[in-house]
Amino acid sequence: MTAAAETVPGEPPHAHHWSPVNAYHGAKLGMWLFLATELLLFGVLFTSFAIYRYTYLGEFHDASLKLDWKLGAINTAVLILSSFTAALAMDAAQRGNNKRVKNLLLFTVACGGIFLVVKYFEYSHKYEIGLFPGVECPVVEAGDAHHGDAHHGAGGHHQEYCWPKDTSALSAEQKEMLVSNKYKMYFGLYYCMTALHALHVIIGMGLLSWVCFLAARNRFSEQYYTPVELGALYWHLVDLIWIYLFPLLYLVD
Amino acid sequence: MSAGAEGVEHGEKNYLNHETTIWSWLTTVDHKRIGLMYLFTITAFFIIGGLAALTMRLELARSGPDFMTPDQYNILFTLHGAIMIFLFIVPGIPATMGNFLLPLMIGAKDVAFPRLNLLSYYVYVVGAAMAVVALLNPIDTGWTFYAPYSTQTKSAVILMTGAAFVLGFSSILTGLNFVVTVHRLRCPGMHWDRLPVFVWALYATAVIQTLATPVVGITLLLLIMERWLGVGVFDPAMGGDPVLYEHFFWFYSHPVVYIMVLPAFGVVGEIIPVFSRKPLFGYKMVCYASLAIALVGFLVWAHHMLVAGISDPSAIYFSVITFGVAIPTAVKVFNWVSTMYKGSISFDTPMLYAMAFVFLFMIAGTTGIYLATLAVDVFYHDTYFVVAHFHYTIQGGAVIGLIAALHFWFPKMTGKMYNEAIAKVAFVLVFVGFNLTFLPQFVLGMQGMPRRYFDYLPEFEELHMISSFGAVINGFGYTFALVNLLGAWIFSRRKATENPYNSLSLEWQTQSPPIHENFRETPTVDDYPYAYGTPVEGGGH
Repeated sequence: MTAAAETVPGEPPHAHHWSPVNAYHGAKLGMWLFLATELLLFGVLFTSFAIYRYTYLGEFHDASLKLDWKLGAINTAVLILSSFTAALAMDAAQRGNNKRVKNLLLFTVACGGIFLVVKYFEYSHKYEIGLFPGVECPVVEAGDAHHGDAHHGAGGHHQEYCWPKDTSALSAEQKEMLVSNKYKMYFGLYYCMTALHALHVIIGMGLLSWVCFLAARNRFSEQYYTPVELGALYWHLVDLIWIYLFPLLYLVD
Repeated sequence: MSAGAEGVEHGEKNYLNHETTIWSWLTTVDHKRIGLMYLFTITAFFIIGGLAALTMRLELARSGPDFMTPDQYNILFTLHGAIMIFLFIVPGIPATMGNFLLPLMIGAKDVAFPRLNLLSYYVYVVGAAMAVVALLNPIDTGWTFYAPYSTQTKSAVILMTGAAFVLGFSSILTGLNFVVTVHRLRCPGMHWDRLPVFVWALYATAVIQTLATPVVGITLLLLIMERWLGVGVFDPAMGGDPVLYEHFFWFYSHPVVYIMVLPAFGVVGEIIPVFSRKPLFGYKMVCYASLAIALVGFLVWAHHMLVAGISDPSAIYFSVITFGVAIPTAVKVFNWVSTMYKGSISFDTPMLYAMAFVFLFMIAGTTGIYLATLAVDVFYHDTYFVVAHFHYTIQGGAVIGLIAALHFWFPKMTGKMYNEAIAKVAFVLVFVGFNLTFLPQFVLGMQGMPRRYFDYLPEFEELHMISSFGAVINGFGYTFALVNLLGAWIFSRRKATENPYNSLSLEWQTQSPPIHENFRETPTVDDYPYAYGTPVEGGGH
């Protein structure tokens, strides 16, 4: 008898005494542990943000004003709504209503899509106004500027980074470049945190789509709804992280 | 695999021969087979990493450049460190012996998520392939990838740190799987206070794997972002702080030494009572000490950075808490020694390795106290003293523990017996060679020999020569041990009985090698597995 032949829906292969109830609790414990790893993953970024916000309070303040809090608020609302529908889908699954699970999860995934579209517009706007990671130094004809790439720079506080002694020779555009360099640390972290979050949104959408597919095949019942619960748990975490990111990046003054 | 064919001749079905195609191995979800696949893979990397170490020792045998350039030396120590840490000893005992034994020891048919277990192996293989490409590309940062050098060097840092990220993912999956397995799949009667100490150690290890690994994962991603996009978090030129990298890195990489060594503690705790024929002394304390080490291990990371410019109060804090690690560790050591006291000891090879472990780990632990002492560390930091201390913990601890486990559970895994005489000769070579390699390095460190140096002053030559000589003996020892085991598996005609050591632990109460489902019927347990000798009224623990 092969392991595959032993497989029962909702039960891992090769484990007869792994009763459905035990499998349900085991899967949930596994998902909670995985969520713990996600918190630690983001924890490092939150810690970095806290440290550099403390160090460069003024720059972080000015840089945060460059974000559009209205777009952030729209995304927050969209994600909270999607978490609500994910919770409703969970409830529907426990009642064995597969059609409702499918519809609610489709709505949830669509909300994820809206979130990503808004994020796309935010990113492209930031890119257009030069707020992306990586310091650029204006190339100055006069020999007195310490130009060069970021790694062979003069060091010291980043406000002075590749700041020429004499800025009179610079064009308006180059001056703007120097000013925006002050915000690079903030935006470096902004992109790392939001991009990692967006990646989780995409993974969550994938997971929920798969659960949707299972619901379309009437796989869930009052006795078996583990994938819906796990998918919803993951989606709530994605939502929760954004609920911390939004005030931190957009609102905190 | 060849042993599988031999088992068929005797007409008995076991996990090795119930399916024999290559495909059945590659797609297996059987924890025993996955454990073996891990074992062969990490052993291959152990050999490569070991050869790199021997090459370095040969270069260092005499002062002055002999047959390589300083740059090649940097590449070689990076290769040695990265392979031994990420590809060999972190998966190490948990992924090999842990996978094989955990379900057997708790009376389960498999781990909680068998398919996830297989996925974890393939994620490991992908990470290992990436690492090999990066290391040969090559990379010269050392295995710690310290910023700012790692953000500036032209070598393959992105690929190597990417590999470490992928390998970390594999480690998380294994850890998560083990935690759920211990919580949900214990057989009837297998209460927490009846779990074998090896299971307790695996559990503590799995908690660290799950909770510490994401931190290094994201740190390495930040490093990649720094190189790729210039995020600047670790770059002083952009206002970042390289010491922050060290904090994040050691937040994982200190607990990771407990990932390496805690399972070895578990192995020793299994072996000593069996060969002393005495109940494990202080069983509960040995179990809780594993958890205590895991907990305290999370609080001491900056002792790697005592001279890296951290503030005095934090240096004092980290020094004091580091001393705290000694307490649960010493609890274990004293309990092992007390178990042997007045026991009826038989000096079989696993017991020899276990006793060597206790001896070597005692040296490792006490020299760790030196390094945690602030004033002394200023002098010893980044010298050979640290190298020797580290190798006493990891080679003297984790590797000896793995070799002990391989000998102890070899009859169960293969259904054969190995040649005891050759195994003992190999043990002597390993023990003598190891001490000959690293005892002189303590002295070298105390005399001021810095680590990672390609060359040294002539007055260090004598001790370096002894160390290199020891390394060669050590290499022969491991070769003998491994060839002996592999040869016994393939050629030995001596069949192992179900329980050759008369152990009380559950994994010995089934056929050798175990059947595919581990047990014919779900076992029931009514005592802890160390009630050797005269039973005490009302239970021995």
